[in-house]
Order: sequence, then structure tokens, then C-alpha cells
Amino acid sequence: MTRWLTIAICALFSLGAAACGEEEKKGGGGSGGGDLKGTIAIDGSSTVQPFAQAALELFQEENPDVRVTVGGAGTGDGFEKFCRGELDIADASRAIEDEETDACKKAGVAPAELQVANDGIAVVSNKGLPVKCMKTEQLKELFAPKSKVKSYSELGSGLPSKPVSLFSPGEESGTFDFFTETVLETDKEQRQEKVQTSPDDNVLVTGVSGESNALGYFGFSFYEQNKDKLGLVEVDGGSGCVAPSTATIQDGSYKPLSRPLFMYPSAKSIKKPQVKAFLDFVVKNQDKISTAAKIVPMTSEQATKSQQALTTAEQG
Amino acid sequence: MSAVPEAGLSRKVVERASSGQRTKDLMFRLALLFSVSVGFVVLAALVLDVMIDGASRVSLDFITSFPSRISPESTGVKSALIGTIYLMVLCAVFIVPVGVATAVYLEEYANRDSRLSRLIEVNIQNLAAVPSVVYGILGLAFIVRGPLGLGPVLLAGALTLGLLVLPVVIIVSREAIRAVPSSIREGSLALGATQWQTIWKQVLPGALPGIATGVILALSRAIGETAPLLVIGAATFARFNPEGITDRFTAMPLAIFEFISDADTEFRAAGAAAIIVLLALLVVMNAGAIFLRNRYERKW
Repeated sequence: MTRWLTIAICALFSLGAAACGEEEKKGGGGSGGGDLKGTIAIDGSSTVQPFAQAALELFQEENPDVRVTVGGAGTGDGFEKFCRGELDIADASRAIEDEETDACKKAGVAPAELQVANDGIAVVSNKGLPVKCMKTEQLKELFAPKSKVKSYSELGSGLPSKPVSLFSPGEESGTFDFFTETVLETDKEQRQEKVQTSPDDNVLVTGVSGESNALGYFGFSFYEQNKDKLGLVEVDGGSGCVAPSTATIQDGSYKPLSRPLFMYPSAKSIKKPQVKAFLDFVVKNQDKISTAAKIVPMTSEQATKSQQALTTAEQG
Repeated sequence: MSAVPEAGLSRKVVERASSGQRTKDLMFRLALLFSVSVGFVVLAALVLDVMIDGASRVSLDFITSFPSRISPESTGVKSALIGTIYLMVLCAVFIVPVGVATAVYLEEYANRDSRLSRLIEVNIQNLAAVPSVVYGILGLAFIVRGPLGLGPVLLAGALTLGLLVLPVVIIVSREAIRAVPSSIREGSLALGATQWQTIWKQVLPGALPGIATGVILALSRAIGETAPLLVIGAATFARFNPEGITDRFTAMPLAIFEFISDADTEFRAAGAAAIIVLLALLVVMNAGAIFLRNRYERKW
């Protein structure tokens, strides 16, 4: 009977060992191409996460032996870990703040800023709802957590006197975070009454296009794929009505619903060949990666700028 | 003789009560039945819901492919499943010796009436009730960072989960050891065996089925935990398998978390499928625990 303990432990061990043994064989068969090795740890913004995941997937097609982990803890948490030296790259949906830079400096981590993509939200309406343009304040009034707006005309003249019917992505979405933060200036809160949320963008498109007085928002790339079914609402962020387009999102003139997305490698990590190769790959293939991750790519100027920033960081 | 009038008395009480109390009795039964069914119905609804969403996605391909962002329809949980198996093995290696040794000390060596051992006992019982996220923070502060500074690697994950389930292992092992009758110990000691020999050759083998059952149940709890792993910073997306205990990793609950928090319906279906895989693993482990208990448990 004394053997049972040993046998139990051995059984558990062999289970693990068998699994690993099998894995190694499979891994060996699939390898080919790049001979880069090592690890890259990425964490941060959940908006950049799909981009980082798509990037690593395409990167691993050429470099199967580089081991990349991607997390989506959020921009702030990402920087916290990054400044402790736990990450090679921090994903961010905003520029690093002074406080964070200081925290990094104290720990001897030097962040380099690279823009990798752009993010934009489209405000859309049913084709039968005559809403051409809305001010940021009107959007805020409409979607605010305690909003009592029952008809669009309550928001100001020029808007139709139709009962409101709203659609938005759910709380788990980065688009929701971005919208509530910049337009509503709340911490992930918006009105619940008369708003239908869905994590599935397709449901939102069907809802807005099918319900006669519907208005809603979601990621710009998704609007583009369903252009013909939806009416587009221009947004006035203080300097006139601007329609979202790849161009206005890229140059930031579509305010306030556009923003650049970043990756922050540390100076130390950039010296690692696999991190350097990965970042080079990201900047060179940003168009392809953005398309795969369904977000707005950089302009060629932005890409050149990122390339320069990367070169400088590599040398410094 | 005295038993006869007693029996008569009790029958009389029952007869008198029967007319008015019968409905109450029935109500009580129904209430009990309802309580039993609540747990069962909830579980059945959960399993059914998950099955409807994810059953079509469960396949060999699903557990042998890495997660994919680009093609949601061919995403998989290979790295997570391997990570979970690693965690389980490492966790067992940590909790079995430490847990059993603690139980042996508390049952066989410690003076049960001393303040120290009573303090330890109360502490262990309280630790078993501490929320898992607290262990995650402990793991982050002491294992991932701080004194040990391992980083968010497999070993750190396994140690954190190990700390989380250690109290359970200790409590179960103590019960198993206590169930070994003292006549066995006394017999062994009377034949000239030392205390060590008695424990190693008599007590532990006798308690082993109970201990093994407890360990498996503790491990089932460990591999289902999400919060501590998220807190220590384990990856939610990795397209490689960990190869050593100092590798970064991902695990099944994290893969599920990642899938179901995605906006894409394909990923949500994959999340349901991953839940089915994890449930299947848990059912196998619990079945193993039941088998061990029934097959090897001794009646003294």
C-alpha cells in the first residue's frame, strides 16, 4: 500500500510528461523559416489586444519558435506591469502619462512610443431617421447614465421629433469603454433605459437598420462593411460636423471619436532580437494586421514615423 | 420490559399527531424536494445552455489547435489545455507533500490541547474560506514579485493555486488519518515499531484513499480558478505550449474568459466549447476520486 502515493504522483507526472512529449514532436514538424527564439510578453489595452494577437499570429507564421503572450489587462494596468519590467511591450489606447513615465524611470525602464494603428467609432442611424450631424454634447445628453431624453428633438432644433431607440456595444467592448470615457466622461456607464446592447456587432447592425427610429454606435470598420444598410451621423466635436472615414480617423480630425493606438516597447527589450524583429514586422505589415484585426490602419506617414521612432529606439 | 410501554407510548403519539400533522409532513417533504431540485435544475440548465452554444465546436481540432484571432472558426485551446495540465501536475507536487506532512504533524505529533496547535487549526479552517482572488494578490505580491520574484510563470501559478487549495488538502488528510483506528497504531508500537515506522507503514497506507480523494478534489478546484491566475498576470492568449516551469503560460479558465469576453459570436461559441472541455476534465477527475474512494477505502 505504501506504493500508492508514489504511483499516484508518478501517474500525474507521466500524464504531464506524455503531453509534453507529444507536443514537442508536433512542434518540431511544423517549424521552418525563421530561427529566432525567445519570448515576448505583451499586455495592456484591450482595444489593442486584437491587433497584437493578429500581429503575433502573422509573425509566428514566419517565426514559429518565438513565444509571445498577449494579455488585455487594460492600458493603465499594462503600464503598471510594464514599468515594473514585467513586460516587453505595453499596449496602450492613449499616450503614456507623466506619472507613468516617472514610475518607469524610477524602475530603470525606458519606454519608446510607437503608434501602430488608429481607432474610430461611427455613430449610425436608421436610414429613415433624418439625423445628419450631432454635437458631442448632444450625444452626451442622449447616452448619459441618467438621461431622460425621450425624443431626439429634445436635444436641439433640427433633430426629428421621434422617440429614441438606441443601440450600443456591451460593456466588454473596448468601443463601449472609449465612447463612455470620451463622450460621456463616465467610468464605463451609460443610460440603460431604451438602449439595447449586444456584444455582437451584427446584432447592432440588424437592430439599427431594422428599427425605424434607431440610433447607435460601434467600431468604424464595422460600419464600413455595412455601409449600404445604415445612415451615418456626422459628429461635431467643436469645429464643425465631420464624417468618420479612414482619412479623418487617421488624421484625428474626426473628434472626439478617433484616437491613435500605441505599443510601448522598453529600451531594454528592444535590444532582444525577437522583440526587435516583432516590432519591425508590426510596423512593416501594419496594414495587413489592422485588416485582420478589423481596425483602422496607419497612414503611410504615420507608419514612416513609427519606423523612424523604432530605428531611433533601437540605436539608443 | 421497560421497552414495551415506551414503544406503546410513541405509537400513541404518532397516532394522535397523524390527522393534523400529515399535511405538514407532506409540505416539509415537498420543501426538501424543492431544495434538492434547485441545485440540480440550475446545474442542468447551465450544462444544457453551454452544450447548445458550444457542442458543435468541440472536436479534436479544437483541443489540438492554438487560439487564433485571424480565423475564429479554427481557434482552439491547445496551449490552455497543456497549461492547465502542467499547473495540475506542479500543484500536486507542491500540495501533496506539504499538505500530508502538515496533517501528519497535527494528527500524530502535535499536542492537541496546546494553544499553538489550536491556533494553527483555526487558521487552517479560516484559510479554506478565504476568497481565491485574495490568494491571487498574495501570489502576485510574494511569488510573482517581491521575495520570490518568479514572474508570471507556470511555477508561480502552480504555487499560488497550491496555497489556495492547501487548507482543503490538510483538512481532508487529517480526517483520513484520524479515521485510521488507534488500535492499529498501538499494535504497531507494541510490536516495537518506531513512531515513524508506524506512520509510514500503517497510518499513511490506511489513510491513502482518503488523502488521494481529497487531493484530486482540491486539484479540480485549482484548475477551475480564474481570478488568481488573472491577478498574477498569466497570459490570456498564447500560441505556444509551456516547456518548463519558468515559462509563461495560459490556462483553460483564462482561455474561456478571453473567448467569452470577445464581441465575435464565433469566439463566444469557442468559449462554450472550452467550457465543455474543462467540464469534461473535471468530471473525469471527480470520477477518479470516487473510484479511488470506493475501490480502496478500508472498513476497519
